[in-house]
Order: sequence, then C-alpha cells, then structure tokens
Amino acid sequence: MNFCYLTTIVFLPLVGLIVIALLSKPQPKTVKLTALIFTLASFALSIVVFCLFDRSSGIIGQIQFEEKLAWIPAINAFYHLGVDGLSLPMVILTTFLGFLAVLVSWKVELRPREYFIWLLFLETSILGVFCSLDLVLFFLFWELELIPMYFLISIWGTGRREYSAIKYVIYTLVGSAMMLAGILSIYFTTGSLNMMELAGLAPVKPFIPLTAMFFLLFIGFAIKLPVFPLHTWLPDAHTDAPTAVSVILAGVLLKMGGYGMIRLCVSIFPEVALNYAPWLVLLAVVNVLYGAAVTLRQTDLKRLIAYSSVSHMGYVLLGIFALSQISLTGATLQMFSHGIITGLLFAMVGLVYDKTHERNLERLGGLARQMPVIVVVFSVAGLAALGLPGTSGFAAEFITFVGGYSSAAFEGIRLYTILGVLGIVITAGYILWMLQRVFYGPPVEKFDGVPDADNIEKVCIFSFVGAIMLVGLYPAILTDVIKLGIMPIMKLVGL
Amino acid sequence: MTYHIPWIVFLLPLFSFIIISFILRPFLNYRPKLGGYVTIGAIGAACALSFWLLVEVLSAPGHKLEIPDIQWLLIGDLSIHIGLMVDALTAVMLIVVTIVSLTVQIYSQGYMHGDPGYHRYYAFMSLFTACMLGLVMADNLVFLYLFWEGVGLCSYLLIGFWFHRPAAADAAKKAFIVTRLGDFGFLAAILFLFYKTGTFDIGELHGLAIAGTLTGTTLTWVAIGIFAGAVGKSAQFPLHVWLPDAMEGPTPVSALIHAATMVAAGVFLVARFFPLFENSEMALTSVAVIGGFTAIFAATMGLVMTDIKRVLAYSTISQLGYMMLGLGAGGIAIGIFHLFNHAFFKALLFLGAGSVNHSTGTFDMREMGGLRKAMPWTYATFLIASLSIAGIWPLSGFWSKDEILVSSFANNPILFYLAMITVFMTAFYMFRAVFLTFGGEYRGGASSEHGSHGAHQLHESPKVMVIPLVVLAALSIFSGWLNVTGRFDEFLGHGEVHSFTQGFFGILTHPLPWISLILAGSGILLAYAMYSAKWLSAEAIGKAFSPFYALFSRKYWFDELYERVIVGRVLVDGLFAGCGFFDSRGVDGAVNGVADGTAAAGRALRQAQSGQLQVYAMAIAVGIVAIMVCFYLFG
Repeated sequence: MNFCYLTTIVFLPLVGLIVIALLSKPQPKTVKLTALIFTLASFALSIVVFCLFDRSSGIIGQIQFEEKLAWIPAINAFYHLGVDGLSLPMVILTTFLGFLAVLVSWKVELRPREYFIWLLFLETSILGVFCSLDLVLFFLFWELELIPMYFLISIWGTGRREYSAIKYVIYTLVGSAMMLAGILSIYFTTGSLNMMELAGLAPVKPFIPLTAMFFLLFIGFAIKLPVFPLHTWLPDAHTDAPTAVSVILAGVLLKMGGYGMIRLCVSIFPEVALNYAPWLVLLAVVNVLYGAAVTLRQTDLKRLIAYSSVSHMGYVLLGIFALSQISLTGATLQMFSHGIITGLLFAMVGLVYDKTHERNLERLGGLARQMPVIVVVFSVAGLAALGLPGTSGFAAEFITFVGGYSSAAFEGIRLYTILGVLGIVITAGYILWMLQRVFYGPPVEKFDGVPDADNIEKVCIFSFVGAIMLVGLYPAILTDVIKLGIMPIMKLVGL
Repeated sequence: MTYHIPWIVFLLPLFSFIIISFILRPFLNYRPKLGGYVTIGAIGAACALSFWLLVEVLSAPGHKLEIPDIQWLLIGDLSIHIGLMVDALTAVMLIVVTIVSLTVQIYSQGYMHGDPGYHRYYAFMSLFTACMLGLVMADNLVFLYLFWEGVGLCSYLLIGFWFHRPAAADAAKKAFIVTRLGDFGFLAAILFLFYKTGTFDIGELHGLAIAGTLTGTTLTWVAIGIFAGAVGKSAQFPLHVWLPDAMEGPTPVSALIHAATMVAAGVFLVARFFPLFENSEMALTSVAVIGGFTAIFAATMGLVMTDIKRVLAYSTISQLGYMMLGLGAGGIAIGIFHLFNHAFFKALLFLGAGSVNHSTGTFDMREMGGLRKAMPWTYATFLIASLSIAGIWPLSGFWSKDEILVSSFANNPILFYLAMITVFMTAFYMFRAVFLTFGGEYRGGASSEHGSHGAHQLHESPKVMVIPLVVLAALSIFSGWLNVTGRFDEFLGHGEVHSFTQGFFGILTHPLPWISLILAGSGILLAYAMYSAKWLSAEAIGKAFSPFYALFSRKYWFDELYERVIVGRVLVDGLFAGCGFFDSRGVDGAVNGVADGTAAAGRALRQAQSGQLQVYAMAIAVGIVAIMVCFYLFG
C-alpha cells in the first residue's frame, strides 16, 4: 500500500493537537515546540508532494495522490482526498503559513496550550478543505474551521473582539447555509458528491435552475473571498484577531473562497459562469477600486492592511471570471502570492505593534532608525503588495491582467481589465503613505530604545521574503503546476 | 562567447548590490569604504566591457548582436522569454550609463564620506546601475518593464535616502506615484500589444510595425501608451512635478539618476520603440509637441529659482523636452545624440553643484558668491558645462542642439520658434547660476547637507571629487565631435544621414547656427548685465514683470493643483472619503441593520410564546381554518 501523503499532511497538525492535549502540565516552551515540529513536518511533507507531483503533460487534469475510502455509503459519500494543479499550491500555502503562524505566535503568553490547540485545529480544517474531493467532506472541513476561529478571535483578540468574532461566525454561517443548499441541490439532481466527476457533468432535470445553484454556491464563496458588498466582516475580524490568526485569515482562509469558485462554480456550471461573467468581473473591478479607495482612508495600520486585502482579492475575482487559461492561472497565482504578501504584512504589523504598542498611523513615525531590519522587510512586503516587478505580486497581477485583457469571455472585458490596472496606482498611494507614516520622518522620542526583530522573528519574516522573491523571480515554479489544474477546467468552459 | 558579455555587464553591478547588502552591511559595517570600492570595481569593469561591446556592435552585421533567450514563463499562449539585445542604441546607452555611473560613484566617495548610510547608499547605487543596464539591454517588454520599475524603485529609495527629513520622504513618495501614473499607460500599452500581436518581443514588434501589420489606431494607441510611460519617467508636462522635488536626494544621486540616466530612460523608451512611432503620424507629433512645450515651459521656471539644484532640475526637464522634440521631429539619432551629450554636461553640472555644497553647505545661490577663487576647478568645469548646455560652438551641446533646431525648423515652425526662445532662456538661467555662484563676493553659506562639516572654510573639494569633474568636463567638450561628420547618425540611423553635417568649421557657414549662437550669447550677456555687472537691477526687473515672476516661481501652481485640489480635495477628502463613509455606514450599516432587525424580530415574536394554552389553542384553530379555506379556494 502506498504512503497516504495527503492524510498525513492534513492530520499531522491534529496529531500535534492531541499530543499537546495529552501532555501533563507542559511548559509553554514545550507546547510551542510541539506545535512547531508538527506544523513543520506537515510543511516538509507538502514540499515532498510538490516535488513528486507529476508535471508531464500527459496527465493533465488527473488527480494525484488520490485516497478514496467508503465513508457514508447511504448517500454515496466518500473519504476522498487528492490534489491537482489547482489545490496543490493552496496546500503548500497553508502548511507554509501554518508553520510560520506558530513562529509568529512564539510570544503568546495567555493560555498558550489552548491557543496552540486551536491553531493546529484550524490548520487541519483548512488543509481538509483544499484536499477534499467529496462535497460532504469539503463542507465538513469548511464548517469545522469556524470553531477555532471563533475562539481564537474572541479570547486572544484585541479591541471589539467578541463583536468581531460573532460577526465573522454568523456572516460565514449565512454563506455556509447557502452553500449547503447548493450542495444538496447538486446532489439531488446528479446523485454524485464527487467534485471531479461533477465537473463537466451538467445536471439533468435540475429541480431548481442551474443559475440558482451557481449563485447559492457563489454567495457562500463570495462572503469568504470577500466580494463587495459582502466584505465588511473582514476588516473587523482581521483587525481584532491576534497576529497569527490575521496571518492565517488573510493568507489562506480567503483563498478558500477563490478556490471554491474555481473548483465548483466554474467547473460545474461553466455556462452560467460565462453568462454572468460581465457582472462578476464588474464586481471584481468595484472590489479593486472601491477597496483601494477605502483603504486609503484608514488610519489604523492593521485595518489598512485588512482593507487592502479586499482590493487585492478583487484581482482574483477578475482572473476567475475573465475565464481564460491565462487569467485563471493568474488568479490562482494571485491567491498564493497574496497569501504570502499579506501574511507577511500582518506579521510585520504585529511586530510593530508588539514593540511600540501603537497601531494608529497618526501617532507612529520615524521608526526606520530604531528598527533597521523591520523597516527593510516591511518595505519589501509593501513593494510586493503594490506589484513591484521581481516580487510575486507583480508576477501574479501581470499574468492576471494579460489573461483578462486577452480573454474572449465577453465584450468589454478589456475596459474592465484596464480599470483594474488603475488600482495599482492607488495601491502605490496607500502603501507608500503607510510606509512613510510608520518609518520615515524624524525619530519620535517615545519610541527610543524599542527593539528590532529578534532571531526567531527574523527566521519567520525572512522565510516570507524568500518565498515572495522566489515566486516573483521564477513564477514558473508554481504556474507550471497550476496550469495543469486549469487546463481541464478551460476545456469545460470551452473558450 | 560574445553573448555572455552583456549578461556579465548586467550582473556585475547586481552582484555588487548583493555583496554589499548581504555581506558587507551585516558583517563588515565598520569598514564603510569597502562598499564604495566594490561598486566602483564592478561598474569600472562593466564600463570596460561596454566599450568592448561597442566595438563588437560597430563591426556586427546590421549593428546587432544575437543573444539567445531563456524561457521564463509558459502558460497557454502566454510565453515570456528573458533575454538581452545589444544594438546600436543599446551600445550607446551602455556607454552613457557606465561612464556617468562610474564617475558619480568615484565622486561619491568624497561626497558621502562619513555618512552613516554609506553602505546603503552604495548598495542602492549598484542596484540602480544594474537595473539601468538591464533596462537598456532588455529584449522584450516584460523584462524591460521589470527594470523600468526597478529604476523607479531605486529612485524612490535614493530620493528618500535621508528619510528622517520629511521633505525627502514626501518627495520620494511623490516621485514614485507620479511616475506610476505614467507607468499605468505603459502597462496598458503592453497589454494591448500582447492582445493584438501575441508577443512581447521587441524585435518582433519592430518587424510587425515595419511590415505594416501593426497599423492604424491600434498603433497610435500603443504608441501613446508607451509615451505616457516615457512622460512619467522623463518628467514631461503634465507629469513634470516630481523631478524638482526629487532634488531632496543626495546630489550625486541627482546627477546620476535625475539628470543623466533614469530620467533619460523615457527618451530611450521612445527611441526603442521608434519603428512604432514612425508609422503613426499622430504619435510622433504628440512626442514633438509635448517635448517642445515642456522645453520652454520648464525653462521659464528655471529662470527664477534660487536653489541651484532646482535650476538644474528645471533645466533637465527642459533638455529632456528637447530630446523628445528631437525624436519627434528629427528621428532616433538626433534625440539620442542630445541624450548622449546631455548626460555628460548635466551630470557635471550637478556634481559641480554638489562640490559647491560640500564647501558652502548650501544650495541657495543667494548665500553663495565669489567661489571662483576658492574653488577654481569646480568653477572651470562648471563653466565648461554651462557653455556646453547653452550651445556654444564647439562644445558638445552645440552639435546636438542645433540638429534638433534644424529638424524642427523643417518639421514644425511653431515648435522651432519655441525652441529658439528656449535657447535664449537656457543660456540666461545657466549663466545666472554661474554668476550668482561663482561671481561677486561670498555671501555666507549655511549648515551642510549632511552636517559633517563644522566651521565653513571655503575650500576646493578633495581630489576624489575633482577628478570626476575634470573627466566629465573633457567629455562635455568632446562628446559632440563624434557627429561632426555624421558618424553617430550613421551608426544609430542605420546608414541614412539626415542631419546637416558640414564639418567642424563648415557648420558655421550655415545661417541657423549663427541665430542660435546669437540668442545664446544674448542670454549670457543679459545674465552678465543683471547678476555680474549689475547694469540692470534684478529686483527692478522682477517687479516690472511681477505677474510672470509669480507665475514662474510658484511653478504655475501645478503642485497646488495636483496635491491640494485633485489629490487632497477631490480624491482623498472627496471620493475616497465618500467611499469610506459609504462603507462604514452604508454597507456595514446594512449588515448590522439586518442583524438588529433579526434580533428585533426575535424579540417581537417572543411575545407570542406566552405559555398560555388558550392562546396556543386559538392560534391552532385559526391555522386550521386558514388551511381549510386554502384547500377550498385552490385545491
């Protein structure tokens, strides 16, 4: 029997959780080390899978590392895991950020044992979403993720943390309810829950219109991505969550929305997607420009980064519904790239806040002298966010733009794409303004003697920078994999 | 073997950047000089190799070296290669970039001496040089765009080098955002080109334009998009506002980036895509008109500035306008020849201004004066550069400027007259600077740019700063002679000689050069009359023309218009604030409204759960009746 790579990757964090739970009166250090070892192992295994992944063009669209066991035979549900070119980058992103999130949380002192238990639980549930190929399993993992998020935000958060946590949970549950309705309607018309089989299997005799099924799923994912006007949970949740949770939230949780749109909305209902593409791309442009405009008005550092996510996820939406092979590849790369860039930005905000206890841009300033390492890394993250060539941000956005502009999805896609490109100017505005506010100008007296990043923090933030530069300088390392997952979807769309 | 050399030229300064930032800065920070030596060594070697490449290109067929590409990205129809190309245009640019960069790096050893950010300075300078070399050698649009943004980044980092000064931080941000506005057009043009042609390769695009496949409105729009990028980078009207502010950076940075190389990249970009422009009458006219207008527009502001670097900044904008005019009216060789000459004398002027600052501690010309005695080398070299930029025979500026004037005379008389007036203004503002700085008596001075000097004894700068000045002065004299017989035109224009080239003295038999010489001479004379001999009172003239004086010295209120009105009022406090308000009250308000509504509905319905069985029974009865009625009516 083959080694079950994916099961191991998905459940390693859970095993770590059990180990932590079973330790009797562990030192915080032990808890942290345990969490670190298990997340690192999961990350290392996902890299192994990445290396073993067969890139030869003969196996386009084939699921690899597949595991399938009967689970609930009565409804034809399976324990069915597998990765293709679309999900593999997301798995790597999750294990990478999961590992770094432990490093980011190294200084957590409040109830560390519970904290790391929830954090590990969170990682397993997200990995499950990306690896599942069965709709029930997918939905199960999707819902499981809410529980740790609720506790992490409401216990270890800051500010209006209870409000934000409950808002996040209820908002997501509304989406989940719609999604469940969508999944059930798919199941009752096709009798299948196999996500790969459903793609291309247009439901016969649907009891509700295909469009309705499409939008039931779409709204569930749109809340997660988020899409204007369903985005207002995001700034609250991001701002009040503890740093590591913001990293995971912005880094991978949002990607579940984009992933779901490609995997389910576009793959199962390509005609509906094509019909509604003009409206959805318009929404994407609104996301980009409106998100950027609102970002520019924020004065709280963390909230500013949170809103910038709204703007950047607009590019993902644009890439998905421009419905060309290039644009979908770009959108997937943008999900990965945004994960590491915004993850780093939140980690940096956390560092600045830890050291200065200040997040208000009006009161920060002149920190470049005190924090020589932090200023460099923060600048790299900011420049990547504004799409500077050589960073992953540029590679992803450029591919998305090229894909959008040359797409044949509908008339007017070119105008929308150009409007989206305009977003890069506003992004430059808020990123540079933020950097100036935090770091430049004369040093502020009250910040004298604040420390720079220590060694653990350096390992963590330099890993992010390495990933950003690697993908930026050689995007083919990911796109060669991603396009294998996108090609079969494009066959279904038929453009 | 030859095709490795361009890569080496590009990688040398890049490795210098890597060595300084990852080895010297973290581990050998106490030996600051090392960073300078590494940079100078790398760029010196790149400079030598550039000359080798020039020789190779001169003898290569079609003046073009073939260099194999590397596949970078392949997704469906999207195939991006990275690769370098070396043709005549590139070879010339390589020479300009490496020579100016080398002299500036040597000079910086003296100028930046003792600055705490010494390693950072040389790391950024190396990175800039690498990006600039990559920019001129890139053989496809994506790769070119990478370096295009790369030089912009270095410009941002170096303008804000002294980031603790708010003015420097503001200027850096402004430079980046304003140029990015132009880059938006450039990026749009790249997308449009790919959509229409499916390729990013510059050689292929040239072929398509020459073959006539790429024509009509498509071509015009693409050309205008590319030109938008050039307008941002080269600080042409209406995106000129960032360059004067960029003078907040260290002066050698201004010399290298904001005078000789990066700002000229816009001119280079138009030249690089010249086959596209050539086939669109409208695009070419736009280039000429924007260039000609910017030339005189910037010159008027240069007339009244009191900060010597700002005078030079406006002069740079104006000269870049000349180059654009030369490209639009005369062609690739004419525009690039002025770029070539301008790089040397303008870098020299900036380094001269830096040398003056090193001694007096100020850039304000009202506090200088009388420096010719204390700083003879700086004075002599500054004078040579001023004569050259004013276009005095036989210095280099004369040769390229007159070519531009002649071609615009043939092409567009209005622009020709504007350019002629600009010649007069150029001579005036340059010699105003010369007389104010070096003539008369010393008027004070102030604390230095980097505060390392205590009491101000006027002194000549150290040798390490003077030698680069002398080298550049020699180039400012001789570089123009390359085209006395039309060799330069022939090289760049691939065989067609279309300038008026009648030899070293022969040119003086033509009437046009005499007109421009007379105009330049009268500009110098007026400056002499006002600022040296004081036959005319500068204040009186300023009063007599006070509306114009206000207009020029307030820079036509463009900063106010852009920053206060458009960005401040209309966008940030208007549109963006509106979006912010709508987001928190409208969108989020609706979300919370739904939540509150649900809660309120729950509270209201809870009243029904009273626990009284009679009420429940009543409700059940009403329900049954209702169902029966329904059955009766619809069933």
